[in-house]
Amino acid sequence: MIDRRSEEYKKRSGDRMARRYRADRRFRLYGQAALVFGALALCILMVSIFSSGYTAFFRTQVALDVELDPDVLGVAAAEQEHLSLEQADYYTVVNRAIYNAIPGELERSDRKLAKGLISNGASVELREMVLENPALVGRTVKVNFTASSDLDQLHKGNVPRDVEEGLRRINDKQLAWYDRWVQEGRVSSTFNWNFFTSGDSRNPEMAGIGGAITGSIFTLLCFVLSFPVGVAAAVYLEEFAPKNKWTDMIEVNINNLAAVPSIIFGLLGLAILLNVFNMPRGTPVVGGMVLALMTLPTIIIACRASLKAVPPSIRQGALAMGASPMQVTLHHVLPLALPGTLTGTIIGLSQALGETAPLLMIGMVAFIVDIPGGVTDPSAVLPVQIYLWAESAERGFVEKTSAAIMIILAFLVTMNLFAIYLRQRFERRW
Amino acid sequence: MENQDKVKQMNGSGVKPGLAAEPTMRAQGKSEKVRDVAPADHRTPKAKSRGVNVYYGAKQALFSIDLDIFENEVTALIGPSGCGKSTFLRCLNRMNDVIDICRVEGKIEIDGDDIYSSGLDVVQLRERVGMVFQKPNPFPKSIYDNIAYGPRIHGLAEGKADMDEIVETSLTKAGLWNEVKERLHDPGTGLSGGQQQRLCIARAISVSPEVILMDEPCSALDPIATAHIEDLMFELKENYTIVIVTHSMQQAARVSQRTGFFHLGELVEVGKTEQIFQNPVDQRTQDYITGRFG
Repeated sequence: MIDRRSEEYKKRSGDRMARRYRADRRFRLYGQAALVFGALALCILMVSIFSSGYTAFFRTQVALDVELDPDVLGVAAAEQEHLSLEQADYYTVVNRAIYNAIPGELERSDRKLAKGLISNGASVELREMVLENPALVGRTVKVNFTASSDLDQLHKGNVPRDVEEGLRRINDKQLAWYDRWVQEGRVSSTFNWNFFTSGDSRNPEMAGIGGAITGSIFTLLCFVLSFPVGVAAAVYLEEFAPKNKWTDMIEVNINNLAAVPSIIFGLLGLAILLNVFNMPRGTPVVGGMVLALMTLPTIIIACRASLKAVPPSIRQGALAMGASPMQVTLHHVLPLALPGTLTGTIIGLSQALGETAPLLMIGMVAFIVDIPGGVTDPSAVLPVQIYLWAESAERGFVEKTSAAIMIILAFLVTMNLFAIYLRQRFERRW
Repeated sequence: MENQDKVKQMNGSGVKPGLAAEPTMRAQGKSEKVRDVAPADHRTPKAKSRGVNVYYGAKQALFSIDLDIFENEVTALIGPSGCGKSTFLRCLNRMNDVIDICRVEGKIEIDGDDIYSSGLDVVQLRERVGMVFQKPNPFPKSIYDNIAYGPRIHGLAEGKADMDEIVETSLTKAGLWNEVKERLHDPGTGLSGGQQQRLCIARAISVSPEVILMDEPCSALDPIATAHIEDLMFELKENYTIVIVTHSMQQAARVSQRTGFFHLGELVEVGKTEQIFQNPVDQRTQDYITGRFG
């Protein structure tokens, strides 16, 4: 018999309660600590990506006075035709504009240094401008040219200027010219639309993710193939297939496939799609099919889980009304399972969007400047573009890498928000 | 999942051990008694079953059931849990078909058509034999669509106006029209439990069935909603033939004209409701209705 009034009992139970409360608080603390740790890690990641990447959204320009002399351009004033304007010598014109912006006579070696301050793409920029407005020929106009990556990085403060000359990509002479240009108000910063519209380039200042985004979109278009296939497989397995050894085996294998490393699917694509069926190498159509194969198990599992969650009473009610098994599935079960299936598919889609390894296997890792015009054009995709830029040596690609990561994260967040929206919009309670 | 539950139920785990004897022997000895009970009925039955055996895998759930169901009557099936009354009910619209391991032997006729013959389409059978379940199971659609679903898939309505009329008549017959006419396009799942069950009854009668099967339709409802449904059954039996499975003997006594008592997969006794409750022939019926077991 326990004497609950005794002092000893009171003390012992008091101690026990205190210990229990302490353990309780500790337990809650562990959870909070884990959360804080996760949030901190995420913050550090985000801050490091944003701080090194946001500058990629800005472009440094240098305003130069360009003398569009028809003689230098190589087009006589009389024949300002489109064809000859396309082939005109913009390179020389741009170079002269650069030299003119620097006071004093330039030696041969100085000229090379001066040219190094303006992007290689400047003559292309000028060409496009003149082609758009041929009336400019013969006049002197002020044009904002994209600065070279070295100057760009210097202007953005991404590289230090107060280190020894030998450690800098820009020497003292160039630095002096740059300072002068800044004083003259020639150097300006503008939003880098090019980054979103242009394809890859060897010059960091000209490189953009337009090609990679287009490639990713085309790839995901082909990936959508997996949705009907996955839903059909899941519906058959869940609603119609007899429960026997074969279907058990198929189920086990689907679950196993969901855990197969993605590079294996890349090898499969290489061996079957490229080598047996001779499909074009490094194209969105092949990439999309490989990713579809890779994500199929995820979609089937998500769809089956949602089908299982539909209460049997709905099926029975429909059957008792005289609906055929197909009508039961199409009219009642599938609509109820669709939100869950869509969520699973979109999560699979975001997984596919971020996947690199299988795409390397099917040749989507090539350096491609052109923006793909269709699913059978070779193209890059966002994660592969990040991979390519991350291993480039030029300083200018560092910010591009981070910026591309920001873009892909934005895509993922958007897609997941869309998945949540779909789930809430179409979810029905019973 | 459902099947297994059913099988478990069929094993009759809930029955008191004193009554568990070898069932087959009793089935044979007893089938004559069943005929003794209702010899006076010379009407033609709407549905009749002869020698119906149901097996779930190797387990036999029903033993040679002979039962007649008459038109414009409520036939109540009573008995302890797991006695096979729901199984028998589900034989009448072949809902047991969806259970893989279930096998039905014997003969069930509705208006002289053998419903287990190969020539009979199960979809058409279920158009003739409607069903209301234990738990209200409206489709997660609007009230209107719940009712319109059956006529739509069976092609019973010519155009919108026709469909509107079917919906209104069905809801009126189920005594729900006045409560929901203002919100026909609200979800059916938003109604109260009793309303949902009446919606399910309206859904069942929307295809103008001949027989309505009700599997413990009031067990999930409160007494007021139950009274509502019982009144409804009273009205519906003017036009339909109703078979109801119930756990409540009072309910059976209130609503039915004929009652069958099931025990351990046998039909122990069947007859006019007053007779079963006031003057049962079989000792087991006597024990059950006086609350000795079950």
